Amino acid sequence: MADSPLKAADIIREIKLAGIRFVVALPDRVTSHYLLKGMMNDSDFRVVQVCKEDEGISICSGLYAAGHRALLMMQYTGLLDSVNALRGVAVEGRNPVCMLVGLLGKEPGVLPIRDKRYGIRIVEPVLDAMGIAHHLIEQATDVEKIVPAVEQAYAASLPVAMLVGREPR
Amino acid sequence: MKRDECLKALARRRKDEIIVAVYTAAQEWIHIAPSDLNYTFTGAMGQGSSHALGLALGRPDKRVVVLDGDGSLLMNLGSLVTIAHAAPKNLVHCLCENGTYETNGAVPIPRAGEIKFTELAKAAGYPKTYEFSELQEWEQALAIILSEDGPVFVDLKVEPGEAYPEDFRRLYSIEYRDRFREALRKS
Repeated sequence: MADSPLKAADIIREIKLAGIRFVVALPDRVTSHYLLKGMMNDSDFRVVQVCKEDEGISICSGLYAAGHRALLMMQYTGLLDSVNALRGVAVEGRNPVCMLVGLLGKEPGVLPIRDKRYGIRIVEPVLDAMGIAHHLIEQATDVEKIVPAVEQAYAASLPVAMLVGREPR
Repeated sequence: MKRDECLKALARRRKDEIIVAVYTAAQEWIHIAPSDLNYTFTGAMGQGSSHALGLALGRPDKRVVVLDGDGSLLMNLGSLVTIAHAAPKNLVHCLCENGTYETNGAVPIPRAGEIKFTELAKAAGYPKTYEFSELQEWEQALAIILSEDGPVFVDLKVEPGEAYPEDFRRLYSIEYRDRFREALRKS
């Protein structure tokens, strides 16, 4: 398959199409420069910065209870650090927490489960064990997964993780 | 102050505020002030203040009061900075400081009685902080606290009062969460 770089503008467009206006974030090197900073300067978004990723799971859940869609942006390390909040707040609490998760250091073109880094390799198995849907966003056409993933999360009232495999430009 | 007496004082002053409550305060609150605008579905320890922030940002027209615990807040201290930075004017962050992990065997929290939670909140950037150890003072201040611009932080020095039946299934019920969503939508 031909390599086609991710574009930050395409991701932002799809996030807006998904009806998301609240972005809850802790900076992640994969997504900070072109995505998060772009969103912070985009008046269509209200960006809420958090000190720790599990806060974001609960903030998104509070926003859901108030009738809003939200996106939680973080690095995969933050996702792993938030397993208990994901368990109790998102899965058992049936909250559609939509996560955009940067896979920092992922080898280009290699499936996450085959990556040389232990931390990258375990992300999908951990999500599978928790019953959390996930999608790899690495090629330009992968952005088409975003709207259906968000819609499905809200339809099922369950979380979803969109794993960003390379830096969008 | 007896915690349930503090909660009863809040219940007497409540109009249509959203009340987010955790652990023992939640167990007591659902008996003292039943309402579909009670939010107890916090799911994991320490997360009450973060749920409250989401609600406050999502419904700036509604006052949101969170009844946090000291053990819970210690588990999510960064939320003080997050809340101060987001600066929701409609959020009142009440801390039921009893010095113990009451739900988990009443083991003391680290530095029980020595932590100045109001100073932590001030340093984080909360513009208004209060500390109460007298029930009458708390009750008298409630009218102002429930109407002034926040985020407001209130440290309530409490001890257990009357015993109320525990009902964890009710606290984390999806059915009640959906009732909350519907009640808030109509409110």
